Amino acid sequence: MVEFILFWLFAILAVGGAFGVVVHPNPVKSALLLIITLFALAGEYVLLMAHFIAIVHIAVYAGAIMVLFLFVIMLLNLQTEVREAGIWNAARYGGFILAILLFFEIGYFGFKGFQTAYVRDTNLGTVEGIGQALFSKYVLPFEIASILLLVAMLGALYLSKRKLQVADGQKTPAKTVAEETTH
Amino acid sequence: MQGIPIHYFLILGAILFGLGVVGVITRRNAIIIFMSIELMLNAVNLAFVAFSRALGQVQGQVFVFFVIVVAAAEAAVGLGIVIVVARNRQSLNVERINLLKL
Repeated sequence: MVEFILFWLFAILAVGGAFGVVVHPNPVKSALLLIITLFALAGEYVLLMAHFIAIVHIAVYAGAIMVLFLFVIMLLNLQTEVREAGIWNAARYGGFILAILLFFEIGYFGFKGFQTAYVRDTNLGTVEGIGQALFSKYVLPFEIASILLLVAMLGALYLSKRKLQVADGQKTPAKTVAEETTH
Repeated sequence: MQGIPIHYFLILGAILFGLGVVGVITRRNAIIIFMSIELMLNAVNLAFVAFSRALGQVQGQVFVFFVIVVAAAEAAVGLGIVIVVARNRQSLNVERINLLKL
């Protein structure tokens, strides 16, 4: 019974945080609400006995990715989003309705097909279980993932070069903050 | 002890995925669209772990590991692109970033 209480606690935290991410106009608070959602999801992973995934999830998402998001938001000094009225409002509300339909579709089939499947009591989510699968059967995808991370790192470094020029309409050279302060 | 039925987790994942779709559709700020995409990735991860638990197979959790790797790479490259766009355009509104639009 305590499992159900924990499940509902984490579920309410996750859904509330996700709703805040979607509706909050301030990007910084939106990112902080997303961190709440990520911690609640880590709690759900622990309830599913996936300890390794829970720890990696907290370390990578809350520790690395969200810090990167907050760093970029504060670097760019984003203000509260200004809602622009226009032709896109109709498409926006139509998309909202389609998203709710998508939720009912996924939720209905998830409910229908797996209503009787109960959580089995195994210990395959431990570090030992994941490590044995990852370094025996899935060692080639593991190494390819390291190459992917290397390529992503090189790409991010190239994109953050100072004199990078992106072709835009005005053909104006990109001026960085450092150049403007030195002149 | 029976444990929590698996469809609880699946419906929670569906709710989170739907909220992520709503965020991608309704918000105009590129960084918040990125955060909504992360939300959708997390919803799929939750479904993967739940199925892995229900079926007693470890493949689902290994796949979640790779999804986290791809999400980290995507965040690094995507935020680099966001910084370059913001530097060149002084705006992050995706309706103004329309060079490839018909």
